[in-house]
Amino acid sequence: MATDLAPNQVVPPAAEVKQAPPRKPRRPLGRELLRYRWLYVMLLPGLAYFALFKYLPMYGLTIAFKDYVPFLGYSGSQWVGLEHFRELFTGPDFGRLMFNTLLLALLTIVFVFPAPIVVALMLNELRMKVLKRSVQSLIYIPHFLSWTIVASLTYLLFSVDFGVIAGWVHSLAGGPKVDYVAQAGWFRPLIVLQLLWKQTGWGTIIYLAALAGVDSQLYEAARVDGAGRWRQFWHITLPAIQPTIVVMAILTSGHLMDSGFEQIWLMTTSLNRDVADVFDTFVYYVGITQGSFSYATAVGLFKGVIGVVLIFGSNRLAKRLGQRGLF
Amino acid sequence: MARKQSVRYYDSPGSRAFDIANVLLLTGLAIVTVLPLLYVLAGSFASESEISSRPFFLWPQKFVTSTYQYIFSTDTFVRALLTTICVTAVGTVVQLLLTLTMAYPLAKRYLPGRALVLNLVIFTLVFSGGMIPTYLVVRDLGLLDNYLALILPLAINPFYLIVVKSFFQELPEALEEAARIDGCNELKVFWWIVLPLSKPIIATFSLFYAVAIWNDYMSPLLYIDDSKKWTLQIIVRQLTAANADSANVLQQLETVSFPEQGLKFAVVVVATLPILLFYPFLQKHFAKGVLIGSVKE
Repeated sequence: MATDLAPNQVVPPAAEVKQAPPRKPRRPLGRELLRYRWLYVMLLPGLAYFALFKYLPMYGLTIAFKDYVPFLGYSGSQWVGLEHFRELFTGPDFGRLMFNTLLLALLTIVFVFPAPIVVALMLNELRMKVLKRSVQSLIYIPHFLSWTIVASLTYLLFSVDFGVIAGWVHSLAGGPKVDYVAQAGWFRPLIVLQLLWKQTGWGTIIYLAALAGVDSQLYEAARVDGAGRWRQFWHITLPAIQPTIVVMAILTSGHLMDSGFEQIWLMTTSLNRDVADVFDTFVYYVGITQGSFSYATAVGLFKGVIGVVLIFGSNRLAKRLGQRGLF
Repeated sequence: MARKQSVRYYDSPGSRAFDIANVLLLTGLAIVTVLPLLYVLAGSFASESEISSRPFFLWPQKFVTSTYQYIFSTDTFVRALLTTICVTAVGTVVQLLLTLTMAYPLAKRYLPGRALVLNLVIFTLVFSGGMIPTYLVVRDLGLLDNYLALILPLAINPFYLIVVKSFFQELPEALEEAARIDGCNELKVFWWIVLPLSKPIIATFSLFYAVAIWNDYMSPLLYIDDSKKWTLQIIVRQLTAANADSANVLQQLETVSFPEQGLKFAVVVVATLPILLFYPFLQKHFAKGVLIGSVKE
């Protein structure tokens, strides 16, 4: 060991000589592959899936810059640069799509995001365990139902033909019967209502888990110090779920541009398209219904890029505010 | 001591009032949540005239099953139901197999190239090609109007994959090592040691995948044109949409009278029932799955 040192170097005391970590024996790659061949074989089907259905579509995004003609293929189609994006930004639809998408996102943040937090906090204060479990079981149910079912229920409850709620409002308030499902003005309230019904209960799980993790000694200590129920809530319970709220807020803001294709699509009628059209459904109309693959892809790419920016941006913001963030 | 104090403070009038209000509010919330489902269930057993005359009921005046008899007498509905059951069954097995086999090698920290693959997987959580490029890939593979289009494009949920991978990492390495010394190759270790230890997570994710396929509306909307290959969700949509033409959807062109409103209730019930039947199991496993997923790597 000492012979490795340069002659003029002072030999450190023995205790401080750090043994170099045993170097990993570097085997030739070929032998590694052979040794782990079964693991790689197991990896193959999954890799094929990701290549085919995740990364090939990403390559397919290049048609956003081309005039895609199916029979010329991805590479044979004519390159048009940013033409489709110019069409999108200067076209008549962009403002409406952006407004509808962002307004729905805003309504979601204001009404849908806080709901599970409030319900979880209420459940947390419930001292009858049987009641707590029963309420939980019941409010989780809608999460498992499809958007098709949710839309059908909305129709059965709110439509003019025999919708229960439409009938109630009519008999209470009088006046002409309102067809809530068809009217443009009721589109956004119904979307928010559907989200609340479907996701609130399920959303409580993650907050309840955070609340269950709070050390009960904290409450006992606070009680000994004379803290009432409200102060315990304010100084112990709320800080305990605050990191969870931040993480959920990051996740939510990363999806601001995702309006939920199935939900919006199923609630769109010929009468409410002006308020219902969002980027997600617009991509479907333009791409699948009208066959303008390139333009629709450009719209989708625009949305996807904003989504990436949003998720990284909100994560950085959370970190700057002293939170842990997601990554 | 602490107990005594807690009793005293919980008995303050304000605290009691809060407790009462809290119990009432949460009970109300739970009831409001399930009422629409109970109404639809009751409506599906009611006569056509009762649905149109009574505004809301949880028990039909006259209990009839003619609506169900009607929908099960139409080819379209029965075919869609069977199609959905088969696609869900096959799809769940395929998706589960692909997810498990890919997660296992990714759980081996020493595997060269593992980090690269993991990063490629995680990237797909943040960014994707989107609807149209994926549609074009499915089309170019010749999968339009093919049931495989309902299964393969969603075969591996990257998020579930990462959760399963984390689960495999937690398994005791010593067991696998012992099997390897006894001459098992990785495939055998996976099949005989790892899978039997993974029953809870297999249950969780088969339910995850099954519910996702059963409920999927977008894939059949995108990839299935042929009305003979429609799935249940498409039928539900076609029958209950605001401008539904029920007779045409069910291809019942003779002008026999049929329960036009009642069948909307009945199809919703049939499409919901399997999920509600499995719900007790679902709830247990799903809640667990969500929490496993919330653990950061």
